[in-house]
Amino acid sequence: MTTQPGEQTHIVELLRSRRETALDRWTELAGAELRGRLSRGELRGELDDLLSLMLRALDGPDAEAAHDELTAALSEMSRRRARQAFTPTETAFGVFALKQVVYELVTESGSNRPRLTEELMAFSHTVDELGLLTFETYAATREQVISDQAEQLLELSTPVVKLWEGIVAVPLVGTLDSARTQVVMETLLQTLVDTGSLYAVIDITGVAAVDTEVAQHLMKTIKAARLMGAECVISGIRPQIAQTMVALGIEFGDIVSKASLADALEYLLARSGVRIVREEAG
Amino acid sequence: MTDAHEIRHEIRIATGDDIVRIRRAVRTVACAARMSLVDRTKLVTAASELARNVIGHGGGGTVRIERLISPSGVSGVRMVFEDAGPGIPDVRLALTDGWSTGQGLGLGLPGARRLVDEFDLQTVVGEGTRVTVTKWTR
Ligand SMILES: Nc1ncnc2c1ncn2[C@@H]1O[C@H](COP(=O)(O)OP(=O)(O)OP(=O)(O)O)[C@@H](O)[C@H]1O
Ligand SMILES: [Mg+2]
Repeated sequence: MTTQPGEQTHIVELLRSRRETALDRWTELAGAELRGRLSRGELRGELDDLLSLMLRALDGPDAEAAHDELTAALSEMSRRRARQAFTPTETAFGVFALKQVVYELVTESGSNRPRLTEELMAFSHTVDELGLLTFETYAATREQVISDQAEQLLELSTPVVKLWEGIVAVPLVGTLDSARTQVVMETLLQTLVDTGSLYAVIDITGVAAVDTEVAQHLMKTIKAARLMGAECVISGIRPQIAQTMVALGIEFGDIVSKASLADALEYLLARSGVRIVREEAG
Repeated sequence: MTDAHEIRHEIRIATGDDIVRIRRAVRTVACAARMSLVDRTKLVTAASELARNVIGHGGGGTVRIERLISPSGVSGVRMVFEDAGPGIPDVRLALTDGWSTGQGLGLGLPGARRLVDEFDLQTVVGEGTRVTVTKWTR
């Protein structure tokens, strides 16, 4: 921050002595359009924290530490706002509103100190920087929210599909965590029962990494399927995953693995006695 | 605020969601260090194993992920997993393939060691465990 502590003594004094008034007004201005996304009380609490930190950062024995805390608190607030569906402009405006508050306090006090204009300028500059900071954090957070949502979508969309009479497939996509792998595997076993299928393909072409836990889930499912009299084939183990699994020491034992879903289907069709013949044209 | 040029993440490890978050952070840093797809996958998988151990055996903790540049200019990624759990009484055993005090395959720790270039395990029974791993960009 370009502002030096002590530079804005009058403003700091005003904000300290008329703290409650300032907070009320700031809450009023910043909360003009909350539309239920945040209660007025919550907002006031947040602004109260910000104001304390700001006063310490402007004029306190621990100005530097307070400034770090202030930036952290603002980033945190901005992140929350992004998740509460505030626009970045609304969030930044909430911060900028403090300028209005201070301007009003100064006018009311009727002060005509010689360095007042400079102080106001410096203060306004400080607030601008803080407002812009919320903007930056907001953008970063939105990206995160979007990528989280994309991932969740992937997690929800793991259907078990029927490839052929008696053959089902489950294409696994995205990040496999334990909970999700378990759900997928349970769905697969249930589908084998429901459709009376004897064969299943677990395709992991879309999986980013296979660790010991995921491997263990896969193996347990395949064993369970065997107990039910069904056979599972794994397909789509990409080179980087194969190498990683070898380094980890994971062995799939006698489980059949095929390069692609198509290869796996061909293999299982043959196992189930279906022969594919290309008819000669003409 | 974090500086965009300095890549360094500190993530707490408590839930499965944290593991997803860690994997994503590791992938980002490994990309920035220009690691190959194979090495990226290895590093992400090692992170997954070590983070899972922190949750499952260490009662939760933290990880620090940072990009490194060696004095000779080689890029790399370092990850430090820390927990204040029970510690590991016999490190040699814990690093043996197939040895597990739980229901696991017992491949996480020794496997993670094989997936990285440098592996350091500090542990004190009753105090906690710190695993530091580094992988260099080839
Ligand atoms: N952070 C830790 N704190 C305490 N004990 C640990 C920690 N990490 C590993 N251990 C011990 O070392 C053993 C081996 O760990 P390893 O990751 O190889 O296997 P696992 O976690 O039991 O199974 P998995 O193959 O699923 O990872 C564990 O069973 C546990 O007893
Ligand atoms: Mg483990």
